[in-house]
Amino acid sequence: MTWKQLLTSSLGKKYLMGATGFFLIIYLIVHASVNALIFYDDNGATFNVVAHFMLHNYFIRFLEIGLFAVFILHIVQGLMLWKQNTSARKINYYRQNFPREIKWYSRYMGWLGTFILLFLVLHLYNFWAGTKHELYFKGPSNDLYKEMKKVFTSPLLFTLYMLGLVSLLFHLLQGFQSAFQTFGINNRRWIPIVRRIGIFYSIIICIVFALMPIAFMAGWLQ
Amino acid sequence: MEHYTMNLTLKVWRQKNRQEKGHFETYDMKDILSEMSFLEMFDVLNERLILENKEPVVFDQDCREGICGACSMYIDGRAHGPWQKNTVCQLHMRAYKDGDTIVVEPWRSAAFPIIKDLMVDRKAFDRIIEAGGFISVNTGNAVDANSTPVDRAKSEEAFDSATCIGCGACVAACPNSSAVLFVGAKISQLALLPQGDPERKARVINMVDQMDKEGFGNCGNIYNCEAECPKGISVENIARMNREYLGAFSSSEMQTRPNPAKHNGV
Repeated sequence: MTWKQLLTSSLGKKYLMGATGFFLIIYLIVHASVNALIFYDDNGATFNVVAHFMLHNYFIRFLEIGLFAVFILHIVQGLMLWKQNTSARKINYYRQNFPREIKWYSRYMGWLGTFILLFLVLHLYNFWAGTKHELYFKGPSNDLYKEMKKVFTSPLLFTLYMLGLVSLLFHLLQGFQSAFQTFGINNRRWIPIVRRIGIFYSIIICIVFALMPIAFMAGWLQ
Repeated sequence: MEHYTMNLTLKVWRQKNRQEKGHFETYDMKDILSEMSFLEMFDVLNERLILENKEPVVFDQDCREGICGACSMYIDGRAHGPWQKNTVCQLHMRAYKDGDTIVVEPWRSAAFPIIKDLMVDRKAFDRIIEAGGFISVNTGNAVDANSTPVDRAKSEEAFDSATCIGCGACVAACPNSSAVLFVGAKISQLALLPQGDPERKARVINMVDQMDKEGFGNCGNIYNCEAECPKGISVENIARMNREYLGAFSSSEMQTRPNPAKHNGV
């Protein structure tokens, strides 16, 4: 059995989704932690120091390439699986009902992922494009804290960010435990623990992220 | 149990053959007894259609005891109807009341092409079993009973996996038309026992390979298969298959054999 055989098999594609998903789950912890520095009530001084470090450190910028690669793999593979799964049933049921224990969001991972992708484009435009402009094209110096304030006090962008986070919450609720199942970690002893950690993780991550726009919008942070 | 009769409206999928487009046809059913099974109600309908010189509705059925896995109807949006851990033949009309409308469709999956009306071709499952869902035993003297020790708990677990009747409800109920619950159960029932151990690696690779060729979808860990399975087969079987597959890929002997089928003794 070759690597190609593994990665083109239905199970191999799932391993890839699970592995990249795990990586992104860990990345979100780093992302949320660094951004939470804005809550140091010093008008973003601490936050901007770390942001400057992240932007000018070669190791971090190297990791960023890996992060992009993982994102692209997860997105492309996800979209391909979605298309393949849809075409595995040529005629849809006239009526299809699901028992109560089937979570609605588990059936809409493709849609939730697409919403997150759209959000990601906006998010990169808001916060990532400017820093790269500064770095490579000698653009104006970025005060990311001020940028955040600008973005999060716009009612339209605030709403879009909240919708993005809701999509992320449900995507994580299914994705976290799903990744464990994909790698075969599912039995009566471990799965209840994995499920609880997954719910805890998803909610905490989304609350920490949501508090940022809320803090600026409500005027807690100036 | 209370006896009653009811009048029902049946919306049944009719399709002449694999190629032609199907459609729903509506039938009024009068004086259906609450003690009848769902298939007996279809017998009543078919007798009427034959007397009216019309084509009866074709559907799969065999034992009518809930153990053969032949019956396969998607009733009101649920595989095998509204009752849990149940087959269509064991669904009884007391589940319905006077005036109900019931929608009956075939299993819908690209890998299960429709033969006629409510009957689908499930040979894809047979081909997956042929790819490795067995153990190779040479003929010769019968070995002593109990010469191979089997752990009691494992044998129970293997039996739970082996209760799969291969009806295809998992594929029908899966939003992605995935067959992993079936394949996972068939791999598990052998992987859990010492008799299945020698061929376990080639087995999982070949069976997954065949499953992919048949055009089933990919598992999305939605678990509607487990919820709709008439035998309550657990999704732990899917997790076990995932482990077996990764284990087979990582093992040294499978790295040197690009095509394990040749080694399989078939």
